[in-house]
Amino acid sequence: MIELSGVTKSFGSKQVLRGIDLRLDKGQSLVVIGGSGTGKSVLLKCILGLVRPDEGLITLEGQNVLTAEREAFLARFGMLFQGGALFDSLRVWENVAFRLMRGPLKRPKDEAREIAVEKLRRVGLGPETADLFPAELSGGMQKRVGLARAIAAEPEIIFFDEPTTGLDPIMAGVINALIREIVTEMGATAITITHDMTSVRAIADRVAMLHDGLIRWNGPVGEMDSTPDPYVQQFIHGRATGPIAAVR
Amino acid sequence: MTGAVVTGALAALGRPVLSALAAFGRVAIYAAQTISHLVRPPFYTREFLSALLHVGWLSLPVVGLTAIFTGGALALQIYAGGQRFNAEAVVPQIVAIGMVRELGPVLVGLMIAARVTSSIAAEIATMKVTEQIDALVTLSTNPMKYLTVPRVLAGTLTVPLLVAVGDVIGIMGGFLVATGQLGFNKATYIQTTLDFLESADVISSLAKGAVFGFIATLIGCYHGMASGRGAMGVGGATKTAVAAASILILAANFLLTSVMFTP
Repeated sequence: MIELSGVTKSFGSKQVLRGIDLRLDKGQSLVVIGGSGTGKSVLLKCILGLVRPDEGLITLEGQNVLTAEREAFLARFGMLFQGGALFDSLRVWENVAFRLMRGPLKRPKDEAREIAVEKLRRVGLGPETADLFPAELSGGMQKRVGLARAIAAEPEIIFFDEPTTGLDPIMAGVINALIREIVTEMGATAITITHDMTSVRAIADRVAMLHDGLIRWNGPVGEMDSTPDPYVQQFIHGRATGPIAAVR
Repeated sequence: MTGAVVTGALAALGRPVLSALAAFGRVAIYAAQTISHLVRPPFYTREFLSALLHVGWLSLPVVGLTAIFTGGALALQIYAGGQRFNAEAVVPQIVAIGMVRELGPVLVGLMIAARVTSSIAAEIATMKVTEQIDALVTLSTNPMKYLTVPRVLAGTLTVPLLVAVGDVIGIMGGFLVATGQLGFNKATYIQTTLDFLESADVISSLAKGAVFGFIATLIGCYHGMASGRGAMGVGGATKTAVAAASILILAANFLLTSVMFTP
């Protein structure tokens, strides 16, 4: 469904992606792991067309994402951003229903609000949060609102950028279960970026490890622990010594 | 050796010139894109109304206070200067023409640059830093249509009205000082002001307001969108936006005055 071949991206003299080859089938949940600053978020942004790759090809169902009609292309995606990226000037329910209040998916205001409240309930937030502003929420609540927004229009493909960072272990578990449930229930295709190995095991069908601008290892989550790849082993066990330098 | 020194000096001179020209070109392209989006749907009415409130209505106090003190000071200055050649009686005329043709539009423009340009640049830069702009794109919303167009349109439409209000309040400031402190007759002052002002003066004032409103909001949006990362990026974008908008407003004022009032 989503295929990347030979994708490179540099920012100034820093080459972040050095030739990414990756394939994800429909309905699969891929988790991308890797150290901080290895280009995981850039990879997602390249797929979405928010960042233009220097070289290589990214296709969605065979069509080059850069030449696809933008609105129709983006309507298929939902994304949870690392910090939530909620719009400060809008109330929580308006954030969640953003896509349902404008453009081709526009609904009457009452219906959009109803859907927003239902999505908030799904991520464990009561209706009393709907009329608050994002600044009135804790970091964890903002993240859950971001998740509700990502799934509000029931997209085919959902990207999760560090979905559990900053959450307590219980809430992280709730979010992990929710992501797995959404992927299974909605039949959505998902790419998740995380450092949290508990999340990896809870969410992933497949795991890809990004290191030094390349996919070091890519395989089913069940094979992750038994792979002899020293990079993967160091990362998943959190060892300070190994082929990945601690100071990068 | 001498050749290398000359080349180095020329290069040092050329770099900032090229950089300035490139920046000017980027702003021009951004302005052209903004204008092209003004006539193409979708239109975000709620964002436009919100921008009208923030750019127009909420700027009234600062515009009013700036104008009234300037009008009062102008009356005092003209009276004091006029005394040197027995021309104290020209206070109403000069206050009117000074406020309407120059001080009203320019001061309102600069106040809008200080209040609105800074606020727009900081808001949009923060949105960029916190990935809200990326979120807009992923939600199939063009940031230029959603953020820039409503603000620029609101600025272009409301700043002329603010200038009109500023002109009236400025003249009122001159009136209060002239009649309260300098011994002018109230009815004569008002009549002289009305007789002296021409419709061309008022039209030029409003036209300047529209141009300054366009510049102030466009530059705020442009620098917000072009912001660097982190708190320093937001601060830098805000500072650059206010400085650039103020300079462009003053430059545009000179150009417009040259076009409108050169005999």
